[in-house]
Amino acid sequence: MSEIAETPSAPMPSLTTRLEIVPIVLFAAFAAAPLLATYSGAEGYVLSLLTRVMIFGIAAMALDLILGYGALVSFGHAAFLGLGGYAVGILASHGIEDALVQIPVALAASALFALITGAISLRTKGVYFIMITLAFGQMLYFLATSLAAYGGDDGMTLSSRSLLAGSSVLKNDFTFYWVCLLCLLGAYAFSRSVVASRFGRVLRGTRENAIRMEAIGFQPFRFQLAAYVVSGMLAGLAGCLLANQAEFVSPAFMTWQRSGELIFMVVLGGLGSLHGAVIGAAAFLLLEEFLPEILHSLSFFLSEEARSHLAENWKMVFGPLLILIVLFARGGIMGLLRRPHHG
Amino acid sequence: MNATLLFVQALNGLQFGLILFLIAAGLTLVFGVMDFINLAHGVQYMVGAYLVAAFSAWTDSFGWALLLALPSALAFGLLLEVLVFRHLYDRDHLDQVLATFGVILFLNQGVKFVWGAAPLSVPVPDLLSGSVEIASGLLYPVYRLAIIAAGLVVAAQLYVLVNHTRVGMLVRAGASNASMVSALGVNIQRLFMIVFGFGAMLAGFAGAMVAPILSVEPGMGDNILILAFVVIVIGGIGSIRGAFLAALLIGLVDTVGRSFAPNLLRLFLDPAAASQTGRAIAPMLIYIFMAAVLFFRPSGLFPVKR
Repeated sequence: MSEIAETPSAPMPSLTTRLEIVPIVLFAAFAAAPLLATYSGAEGYVLSLLTRVMIFGIAAMALDLILGYGALVSFGHAAFLGLGGYAVGILASHGIEDALVQIPVALAASALFALITGAISLRTKGVYFIMITLAFGQMLYFLATSLAAYGGDDGMTLSSRSLLAGSSVLKNDFTFYWVCLLCLLGAYAFSRSVVASRFGRVLRGTRENAIRMEAIGFQPFRFQLAAYVVSGMLAGLAGCLLANQAEFVSPAFMTWQRSGELIFMVVLGGLGSLHGAVIGAAAFLLLEEFLPEILHSLSFFLSEEARSHLAENWKMVFGPLLILIVLFARGGIMGLLRRPHHG
Repeated sequence: MNATLLFVQALNGLQFGLILFLIAAGLTLVFGVMDFINLAHGVQYMVGAYLVAAFSAWTDSFGWALLLALPSALAFGLLLEVLVFRHLYDRDHLDQVLATFGVILFLNQGVKFVWGAAPLSVPVPDLLSGSVEIASGLLYPVYRLAIIAAGLVVAAQLYVLVNHTRVGMLVRAGASNASMVSALGVNIQRLFMIVFGFGAMLAGFAGAMVAPILSVEPGMGDNILILAFVVIVIGGIGSIRGAFLAALLIGLVDTVGRSFAPNLLRLFLDPAAASQTGRAIAPMLIYIFMAAVLFFRPSGLFPVKR
């Protein structure tokens, strides 16, 4: 938890250079993926999977801003995914289909929700903070299930993707992919500059010792609240994209299990590393996607019936795998990348 | 809005609150004594319900099924403690949340694997089926009254156990200062195992009791877990008394709110709008209640002094 990323404590040039390459490689891979998708023969599938990965990458990065840099365990961050998604869905059902209207509305709604709930939640600490953010997430979840006019429990199907300045370019899966990649890069650049700024340093200071920060003249509450609002807005943006990717919005966007998954992505990637959060999201979603097939091929020595039974119940392997990762892979994937040079 | 209906809803709220208390009691003790967030407490409630469903199909008797389910739930809780939870005590809350999240995934799929995805139903025991007239013209199912009675009996026993026995004294001491208790020569690890197994059994008991009136299905523990957390956070973590009062409050607010929010709103709004908003607000009521309580008392109604 106290892993301080991106503040190299000892001069280790080779390590820092090596770690600086990670985000470059990561984003280059995302940029190259559409080409590979074309050659793979299953481009629709590959593109939609990777688009999902990038969208959850944005959401995980948003959460990492407060979780990794501020040690604020928000257990209700899926609510912002829902806010973004419902902003798109509700506006579209009233004939406002342009992303240039939908996204600002979603960001404003997310900011407002984050401001109000953050101001209340930040009065509490530790476990109470975890639980009160969870409660706010649940509140929004139940509100969505009771919106009978907008599908209630069943959610609502969007008739098409959002328009972009009046044109329907997002209909094309490739264009949508590039737009998501652009959003991811933008979110990454923005988050990095936030973290590196004076604001980010104060936030990290409050993570280490809030009382000391107060003693030297900062008000931790204000910084934490501002970070909470920024994080909520980024997650709201991810929600807009997710609704467009799925062409569907439902309360399932904001179940508490989804909030748990977001936390898991951040921890899996490595707390306090922005590109780590993206890698964590990718690892989580790809594992979820391919574990059934991996299990099927790994169990070649079993009968066909047993193999398909195993693949069908992949979550019985996924759960323990998560436990093992928590128990043995401290520092997440970024921690593993960093380790060889320490030893 | 008539008095009879209010009375029936209050009884339902009491019954729901007592079930919540049975789950929250174990959760708050584990939380209070070991500072351990156990998200998997809800699946122990589910496991209790499944055990009673399996045993009652096997023995054809709810009584025997309950007698068999309780020690099984205890054994199951202890098994989880040894396999997973024991390794997480000295980790931070985040790791505990995540690892127990993995346990939830495993067990929700596990019951599907063993019993199938379709909901199971458990017949109401013959002895407790039917209704009684509790006031003139007011019938109430006997089984729900039995749940209320069982919940109250267990709560009373728990009160005696925690407040008037040696183990209870250690648990209370552990909840306020675990390291001091440990320094005084108490094996806190073993104490925790006892608390943990006992908590798992209480959650299993709650699941077993509601099995005949709810459908037994994978994931049934997930939402009740969140409510149990709401209860212990409102009550003050580690406080049994707080959990009891908060559970009853939550049970009443939820049940009565669901049936009366539309009626109350009708005083200010036109009927259609009132029923629409009422339905939207009712499920949010307890979370609004929780936020309000924490706003005024950030560490709950009955905080354990540390």
